[in-house]
Amino acid sequence: MTEDDLDPNRRHFLAVATAVTGIVGVTAVAVPFISSLKPSARAQALGAPVEVPIGSLGPGEMIRVLWRGKLVFVLRRTEEMLSRLAANIENLRDPDSAEVEQQPDYAVNDTRSVRPEYLIVEGSCTHLGCAPLEDFDVRPAENWGGGFFCPCHGSKFDLAGRVFKGVPAPTNLRVPPHRFVRDDLILIGQDSGAA
Amino acid sequence: MVKFKNIASLVIVSTYLFTTQGLAASAGVELESADIDPSNIHSLQRGAANFMNYCSGCHSAKYVRYETIGKDLDLSEKMLVDNLMFNAERTFETIQASMPSDDAAQWYGTTPPDLSLMARAKGADYIFNFLKGFYVEAESPTGVNNIVLPGTSMPHVLWELQGYQSAHIENHENDDGSVTTTFEGFEQMTPGMMDSEDYDKFVRDTVNFLAYIAEPIRGFRVMLGKWVIMYLIFFLIIARMLKKQIWKDVK
Amino acid sequence: MAKIEVEVGKSKGGFMKWIDDRFPFTETMRYHVTEYYASKNFNFWYVFGVLAFVVLFIQLFTGIFLTMNYKPSAAEAFSSVEYIMRDVEWGWLIRYMHSTGSSFFFVVVYLHMFRAMLYGSYKKPRELIWIIGMLIFIVLMAEAFAGYLLPWGQMSYWGAQVIISLFGSIPWVGDALVEIIRGDYSISDITLNRFFALHVIALPLALIGLIFVHIVALHEVGSNNPDGIEIKSNKGADGVPLDGVAFHPYHTSKDLVAIIIFLIIFFSVVFFAPDMGGYFLEHANFEPANLTATPEHIAPVWYFTPFYAILRAVPDKLGGFILFGLSVVIPLFLPWLDRARVKSIRYRGWIYKSALSIFVVTFLVLGWLGTMPADPLYVLAARVFSVIYFAFFILMPYYTTIDKTKPVPDRVVYHG
Repeated sequence: MTEDDLDPNRRHFLAVATAVTGIVGVTAVAVPFISSLKPSARAQALGAPVEVPIGSLGPGEMIRVLWRGKLVFVLRRTEEMLSRLAANIENLRDPDSAEVEQQPDYAVNDTRSVRPEYLIVEGSCTHLGCAPLEDFDVRPAENWGGGFFCPCHGSKFDLAGRVFKGVPAPTNLRVPPHRFVRDDLILIGQDSGAA
Repeated sequence: MVKFKNIASLVIVSTYLFTTQGLAASAGVELESADIDPSNIHSLQRGAANFMNYCSGCHSAKYVRYETIGKDLDLSEKMLVDNLMFNAERTFETIQASMPSDDAAQWYGTTPPDLSLMARAKGADYIFNFLKGFYVEAESPTGVNNIVLPGTSMPHVLWELQGYQSAHIENHENDDGSVTTTFEGFEQMTPGMMDSEDYDKFVRDTVNFLAYIAEPIRGFRVMLGKWVIMYLIFFLIIARMLKKQIWKDVK
Repeated sequence: MAKIEVEVGKSKGGFMKWIDDRFPFTETMRYHVTEYYASKNFNFWYVFGVLAFVVLFIQLFTGIFLTMNYKPSAAEAFSSVEYIMRDVEWGWLIRYMHSTGSSFFFVVVYLHMFRAMLYGSYKKPRELIWIIGMLIFIVLMAEAFAGYLLPWGQMSYWGAQVIISLFGSIPWVGDALVEIIRGDYSISDITLNRFFALHVIALPLALIGLIFVHIVALHEVGSNNPDGIEIKSNKGADGVPLDGVAFHPYHTSKDLVAIIIFLIIFFSVVFFAPDMGGYFLEHANFEPANLTATPEHIAPVWYFTPFYAILRAVPDKLGGFILFGLSVVIPLFLPWLDRARVKSIRYRGWIYKSALSIFVVTFLVLGWLGTMPADPLYVLAARVFSVIYFAFFILMPYYTTIDKTKPVPDRVVYHG
């Protein structure tokens, strides 16, 4: 038994080499298992963009649709409703839609929409997720120009889904990605490319 | 040392396992090999078209999404929509049969089975021979019978391509009075649009496609496997060196 | 077991001292790992215990991920498996690892049990380890049987139908028992759901508990070795067995090599031949269960076939069932059937060596016969080999007594 037979350096090197190789393997094996937790092809299919025909939607009317299990409001605003949007600016927490998460670029404007007439927002209060109710009546006495009211904890949003100050909800209602396929057809869940 | 004995065990075990439990004998007739080439994308593409044109009328492939076929067979979304998607709109949809299954059950006495996994259940050879195995039998409700699955409710869907053939079936009486039936061969009665070689190719492409949809991940799995084994062999070498080093002082 | 003094084995300072003051960590590591001495001459046959542990881990881990996507209802089970195979990212790999693992579990366990027969590892003082091991084997069979119903394929359904109806042959309680097992008047969605509970929770917990106890019992007496010598009889001045080497780093580094070789074989199957010619994933199981159409050829999965052949060999339903049960249980008595004074086959005579060889062939032939249809010739062969199978055990007290053994050395045979 010679000295270099029992070379502790060689042994240490081999131990480290083995450990490193093993860790590489374990990490590689972890990848498929963690990936399997991602939404499956079926989830993606079920979560695919939803077509919403709006040809029969009259001014002032709103429809509710489901996209990815979430409620989405499609509101056709009247000229009158649009004119009221500027009135309450000082009472809004985020009038300029500065919170980037809450809407795509094309909804960063005064009406928070692609086309001023149609408001498309997720019907999920940004406080704790309850579905806000429509409240389009104008009540000047309460300084209420129409919008959405959340029954759970009293949060209020205007006709562009913008949140008022002094309510529990921190941010404006989310605008989902969407685009106009035709004048009478919206696709919710996708902003570009073919259907 | 350890390695050889393990490999020897594997050889013994696998020889033991690979005895008769195959599919070929199940039909009672000798099955000609389908001779499919899973790596032949063009064959698979033709097979996909064949399937949609001739099979999907009655048979669903409900576990197969068009977008998977598009990805694996190198077909664009437009090609899928134009050539394969007859009653589906979005590429993530699965292949549904055109015929409502209740009607099918009523008309044929049984619902045409879903074909997603048929190639894994019966084998490519079985299906190949089945599609070539229809012959004229006047008494049958469909006018035909099949040498691979006697009494099948399926009509000869591909009659235009293959034409019609008759089967030589001999009954031999044995010494003890019992009768043995043997199949001697086919004879072409009326020709179809394709000659025998072209029809074989048609069926082969279709069976190739069925084998593909039974397990779309197969090609990827084999490719990845090679890398996994190479990594493990590398790991083995290092681990063996470490073991030898640690055990050096054991007498 | 030597009395472990309170201070020995505890860390002196720092974080480890905080732990050791509250939990026997270092002490346990020393007793069970770094100062657990096992013989230096372990060979190929000694690898299957740790490999069984590896397969157990693979099954538990892949099983958890499968359970995240599988649906245990008659309406959805089959589809959910295809969902895993096609729609869940990498689901196919998780599924193949689990199906391959279940077959490999039995390959490893059978070889592990065979080691005990080669080296007399069931003999005193290791009888209890053997008994616990046999219990593990029986629980494993139940676990595999329950698991096989879950894909709800043709073979799943009809295989379960055949095996469960066997219990009906038990006098008086048979029919009630069958109904209790099924939870319904025939195998149904209800049966599937409860087999799911058994397979995912009840039996794995039992398995893990038994395996823990199995290892505790082993460490109490120490491992056997290919020469069947008790290494604790020859200790050095420091109290360490002269023929022993510490589990870590010696056996851990050696086992790592074996584990990697095993993984090469395991993953070769997973990636290149997961069906294994229809033995690991049976062809009929790619068709959803059809309650009105029995497959041509019902056979249990390959690892049950030796016992199934014995079952079918008996013309009477109850008789077959009893003999089937006996064939599984009889190895339990080996510690008392084997009268030889030596443990290891290395020092036994030609009689035992022949008997064991014949037994191996018999077991394999019975296994093959179990996959064959019940034609008269095969049934006759199964009868002959069933007799041989039982004779191996029943005649053992006699032939192990008369067998001429060789003298056993004091020290193990090790060639480095």
